[in-house]
Amino acid sequence: MSAKTLYDKLWDAHLVREEEDGTALIYIDRQLLHEVTSPQAFEGLRMAGRKPWRIDTNLATPDHNVPTTDLTGGIASIKDPVSRIQVETLGMNAREFGITEFAMGDIRQGIVHVVGPEEGATLPGMTVVCGDSHTATHGAVGALAHGIGTSEVEHVLATQCLIQKKMKNMLICVEGQLQKGVTPKDVVLAIIGKIGTAGGNGHAIEFGGQVFRDMSIEGRLTVCNMAIEAGARVGLVAVDEKTIEYVQGRPYSPKGDDWDRAVTAWMDLKSDADAHFDKVVELDGSVIEPQVSWGTSPEMVLDVNGVVPDPAKESDAVKADGIQRALDYMGLKPNTAIKDIPAEYVFIGSCTNSRIEDFRAAAQVLKGRKIANSVELALAVPGSGLVKQQAEAEGLDKIFIEAGFEWRNPGCSMCLAMNADKLPAGKHCASTSNRNFEGRQGAGGRTHLVSPEMAAAAAVAGHFVDVRDYLQGGE
Amino acid sequence: MDKIVKMTALVAPMDRANVDTDAIIPKQFLKSIKRTGFGPNLFDEWRYEDVGQPDSDNSNRPLRKDFVLNQSRYQGAKVLLARENFGCGSSREHAPWALKDYGFDVVIAPSFADIFFNNCFKNGIMPLVLDEAIVDGLFQAVFAQEGYVLTVDLESQKIIKPSGEEIPFEIDAFRRHCLLNGLDDIGLTLGHQSDIKAYEAKRRQEAPWLFSDA
Repeated sequence: MSAKTLYDKLWDAHLVREEEDGTALIYIDRQLLHEVTSPQAFEGLRMAGRKPWRIDTNLATPDHNVPTTDLTGGIASIKDPVSRIQVETLGMNAREFGITEFAMGDIRQGIVHVVGPEEGATLPGMTVVCGDSHTATHGAVGALAHGIGTSEVEHVLATQCLIQKKMKNMLICVEGQLQKGVTPKDVVLAIIGKIGTAGGNGHAIEFGGQVFRDMSIEGRLTVCNMAIEAGARVGLVAVDEKTIEYVQGRPYSPKGDDWDRAVTAWMDLKSDADAHFDKVVELDGSVIEPQVSWGTSPEMVLDVNGVVPDPAKESDAVKADGIQRALDYMGLKPNTAIKDIPAEYVFIGSCTNSRIEDFRAAAQVLKGRKIANSVELALAVPGSGLVKQQAEAEGLDKIFIEAGFEWRNPGCSMCLAMNADKLPAGKHCASTSNRNFEGRQGAGGRTHLVSPEMAAAAAVAGHFVDVRDYLQGGE
Repeated sequence: MDKIVKMTALVAPMDRANVDTDAIIPKQFLKSIKRTGFGPNLFDEWRYEDVGQPDSDNSNRPLRKDFVLNQSRYQGAKVLLARENFGCGSSREHAPWALKDYGFDVVIAPSFADIFFNNCFKNGIMPLVLDEAIVDGLFQAVFAQEGYVLTVDLESQKIIKPSGEEIPFEIDAFRRHCLLNGLDDIGLTLGHQSDIKAYEAKRRQEAPWLFSDA
């Protein structure tokens, strides 16, 4: 048998049938559901008189619309009636179809892509889907995870399968050792800066090389999360001892004999040495600098010591037009230094960077410091109730609050501002989220994507700075 | 789902690359629990001067005159001509729902983002990929001639220009078959129930931990 990539192995293990033209049915082991992309799917099931194929594979939690302020009133604490109906609808659908839901008020509630791995509900070797493009996140534990649309959510509910054509294989190899202060977020932003937001279209990306072998599972979750920002629906990292250690003992992880059998199977979840990749991209990890996005697409990203581009120097007319449009929207002049851009808002959270390691890292920068007077709002939003609980047990909440941050309840929050947490028009935000599209964090808002450490440092300085100056003690 | 076979329709140009689904339908409109009614909020931030809300009366909102879809010459367009990586970002199916509800049946671009591309087929929208040079030529033609129409023939897999010139396009056989016949994916897949059950029986032996009732 010929050598296989990790993606090939996961695909083959889930192939139910394949047509002559390559259209295939692949079996889905886990579906995560949230309130925004599921109501129409459940409605479709009801209208056709269909039942879910396997109820136990589904897990629901509300995240996009939930308030991050006072939650003592439960769903009633959602002031926006339209948001409230959506969260209520998720609960009603979960009850009607017998699906487990971590509802508001449950300590396990949070952002689906934080909750899944945290609960062991997404495991190595599984196929995972969710009506959310950041489902690529779960590939960090060696799962084949796809973001899907609502029609596909309904399809998976009804049939336990997804209609797919096999993607191409792409390897992004980052060798070397990262510099101090350079994080998984910087690595993935640097990758997107290099290959572009369409660079991974049609491909499943495997992240390989020393940088990812050295990286924690939470770091790998951050990297795979943003595979979609490079155009790839799927991001993957091979299973290793770290993966096994991470998964062990979680509520949904296998136990006893099942655990031993699972571990044996999982240790094969890596690409064979001579496997073929359709596309290979190599980066030197040792030269990656802290990254800051300047424009309205994640590929518009620079080293912290860079200056924003000048459309006059771009020969491609469509690209020059794109740069000019982005500069106009962001209120920036060509050749402005990144470090001269103010950070009026700061957001540490989202499915990209809201896990315990993210808050520990940001707290290291914030400890004993205050946010600048010019910062209008700094939010820290843990990814789940359990992350929040852990952070509080470690006293991190106090460091954030003493520095001037607001310490909030879990949810998607200002990443996409479907709840009350919105970035006002014209304001620049140092954000640990994943998208800097126009209007993403609030109509007219200006997003700059950074790591949690860089967001914390920007909060202290009131503008973008090199976090390494803060980690070494001096300012 | 409606069948799509052959149509001739006005073309509207969306002359920018990497149009994301947040731009196609902003987040405040995703709170609906329905599949319809998104058309008036298609490209909301680019289309209106103010910030729209789900309960806004869209007929009274001030329009941005310079936005392409607000120009009288493009009213009634059913074909959207776009640039590379159209539909990138969020997986929200509300994006094709909004395009369809507005009236678009076809989107032509040099490339599409994967999830958006998939979502189109589920909603009777044809996303057609053409060479960048051909798309460029179509943009020039649309700008040059008011009332520029294209005929899209799914049966023969051709786009026909007003001059009669034909542009062949690729589309995969399964998706073409579904569009031509207005077929429901779920119904088709449930026709393969025995394959799904056979897979489950085999998988339950290999990986019992994936079956919590095992």
